[in-house]
Amino acid sequence: MLEYVLRRLWHMVWTLLLVSVLIFWVVNLPPGDYLSNQIAQLRASGEASSIAKAEFLMRQYGLDQPLWKQYLIWMGFWPGPNGFSGILQGDLGWSFELDAPVADIVGEALWMTISLNLFAILFVYLVALPLGTVAAVKANSAIDYIATFIGYIGLATPNFLLALILYHKGAHWLGLPVGGLVSKELADAPLTFEKIRDIATHMIVPIIVIGTSGMAAMVRRLRANLLDELAKPYVVTAYAKGLRPAAAIVKYPLRMALNPFVADIGNMLPSLVSGSVLVSLVMGLQTIGPILLGALRSQDYFLSGFILLFISALTLVGMLISDLLLAALDPRIRFSGRNA
Amino acid sequence: MTRADKATDPDAAREAMLDPDAHYVSAEPYDPAADVQALERSDLDASTAALIWRRFRRRRLAVISGIYLLAIYLALPFVDFLAPYDPAQRNPDAIFAPPQAVEFFKDGHLAVTYPMRSEIDMNTFQPVFTPDLDDPRPVRFLARCGPVYTLLGLVETNMRLFCPPEGADLHLLGADRLGRDIHSRIMHGARLSLTVGLIGVVISFAIGMTLGGLAGYFGGWTDAAVQRSIEIIRSLPELPIWLALSAAIPANWGPVSVFFMISVILGLLDWPGLARAVRSKFLSLREEDYVRAAELMGAPTRRIIMSHMMPNFMSHLVASATLSIPSMILGETALSLLGLGLRPPAVSWGLMLNDALDLTAVEIYPWLLAPMVPVMMVVLAFNFLGDGLRDALDPYS
Repeated sequence: MLEYVLRRLWHMVWTLLLVSVLIFWVVNLPPGDYLSNQIAQLRASGEASSIAKAEFLMRQYGLDQPLWKQYLIWMGFWPGPNGFSGILQGDLGWSFELDAPVADIVGEALWMTISLNLFAILFVYLVALPLGTVAAVKANSAIDYIATFIGYIGLATPNFLLALILYHKGAHWLGLPVGGLVSKELADAPLTFEKIRDIATHMIVPIIVIGTSGMAAMVRRLRANLLDELAKPYVVTAYAKGLRPAAAIVKYPLRMALNPFVADIGNMLPSLVSGSVLVSLVMGLQTIGPILLGALRSQDYFLSGFILLFISALTLVGMLISDLLLAALDPRIRFSGRNA
Repeated sequence: MTRADKATDPDAAREAMLDPDAHYVSAEPYDPAADVQALERSDLDASTAALIWRRFRRRRLAVISGIYLLAIYLALPFVDFLAPYDPAQRNPDAIFAPPQAVEFFKDGHLAVTYPMRSEIDMNTFQPVFTPDLDDPRPVRFLARCGPVYTLLGLVETNMRLFCPPEGADLHLLGADRLGRDIHSRIMHGARLSLTVGLIGVVISFAIGMTLGGLAGYFGGWTDAAVQRSIEIIRSLPELPIWLALSAAIPANWGPVSVFFMISVILGLLDWPGLARAVRSKFLSLREEDYVRAAELMGAPTRRIIMSHMMPNFMSHLVASATLSIPSMILGETALSLLGLGLRPPAVSWGLMLNDALDLTAVEIYPWLLAPMVPVMMVVLAFNFLGDGLRDALDPYS
């Protein structure tokens, strides 16, 4: 097991490294960057002190270096010219547009993003598992059709429409708050019980919205897998031996059907995370989604680069966890890679 | 018939010998071979295409979806003719006008509508539209109205399928914040929204086939490299990367180049699924006897791939491609919605929904969400069609 974990970690580090190159290249694709645009603008208006500041920032963060060197400096593999140490050593760089360190800007939003996605995954698990099981055990019953119907809704309804409807109905019927993740009064308050409760009620709708499409896919898959298992002779044997129906389902067939289920969480993560970015943008949640959009628009590439890298890392760590879970659940996976 | 009769009747006696239990046996001439194999023989002789068609036809949902999609794609060139308004035509009297009712077969006309009268509500300062039910006006069919367009790039005309009645408007799905007809804009938006997926799929197909084919055929380090990149791209969240890439499109590009770039961007992240499918198909087909035979007869690699292996996995790929079009349509919608996709002079469903981002606007003018309906229908139709194709394309399973 330890060997598997180490191999899988090594794998992830490599992937993350390649992803960081890709992301750096993508955020640097647009011609020009925020600082040089600003310097050109300032030259036109002729403010010497601001130009000096912009040029200082440019040298400070090595933006006058060739692109490959900029990457190495940004990641922290190469010492920056004036003590800028790079992401690996905890210095996330400077947001030129907002004129503050990247770490200060994204600070709380990072935690919000992580918890939002975590809860969305929990929601997917907690709803899909019972719903998929019941849909398979009681195939072609009302519950099965309801599950199928939810599946089609999740498949075809764009997140943002679902969000609008749920916000509208939620506010009407249950008095749920609309938009955002924190009430205005509590935005700057320290993390008290009151604030946690406030955030929790704000999160209900976004979690359902983000989770629904993934949950629908999960239910379909779990239902199909479990149906296959239920048709196998060992299940008949279990029944014949007089096992209680619940035990006969949960103990063996469900466990078998669970493997693809866990493996799929990993495949589902990228779309889940990207769904959370879209929903945050549309619903104005205080996650890194809106910050990312702003940074991309103004070519503030330390900010956008870090956020993209963070989102990818979040996905990769999630996939790692799901792989490890799967290995813990199923010894065949742990050992299959050894000879390959 | 009793036992005593049987003993005397010679026919019955012979029957009893053949069938001592006295079962009923039909006197009709009987050929066991013909009867048992009649259906299977024709199945075996049928061409693959016939088998696929026969299987596909049984999936009613898939057939309906296919017909629906075919119809709307065929209608795309004639949108100018089918829509009553020009998509950019503003109507200052109909700003945020609600959907208008139409009655069929009334007063000897095919369809009549009632002109909307607007008044300012002095409490909310919002215009309130009420239909004038005493003044039915016939909708003009096959009439001339609105600006001149060029049909199929050949004929200049302003003939349209139906036109608003004289002296009134015809906003079937209401109007937006500039008084543009939402119904006409949805029809025009279909052009970009529906083709973006097709171009994207062509690109992802090209990349996926090439890389997947190389990986599957040559194996070794090519395979390893392709596998790695598939894994990396699959582990990236799509939307943020799409956002970053579309942010890189220069602001001074024309609508056509932007549209093309968006399709390319959508296709760039979609190929791993196809590449993986092609690779696994290559790996399994490479071991087939007919490929070995072609190799031994000295066929060049190109010929083996093109004329022996390709026909065997093409159908499978078409099904996968059908299933990846809807995600691209949704992708375009999301990008345009966020203001990083297509740009305003263009009309697309995502751009129209950009107006609906405002929660209060949706509360007061829910018809701004109308473009959502075609998005959902097209996405569902592609999914049903793709599922049906995937099941039908494997007729020997």
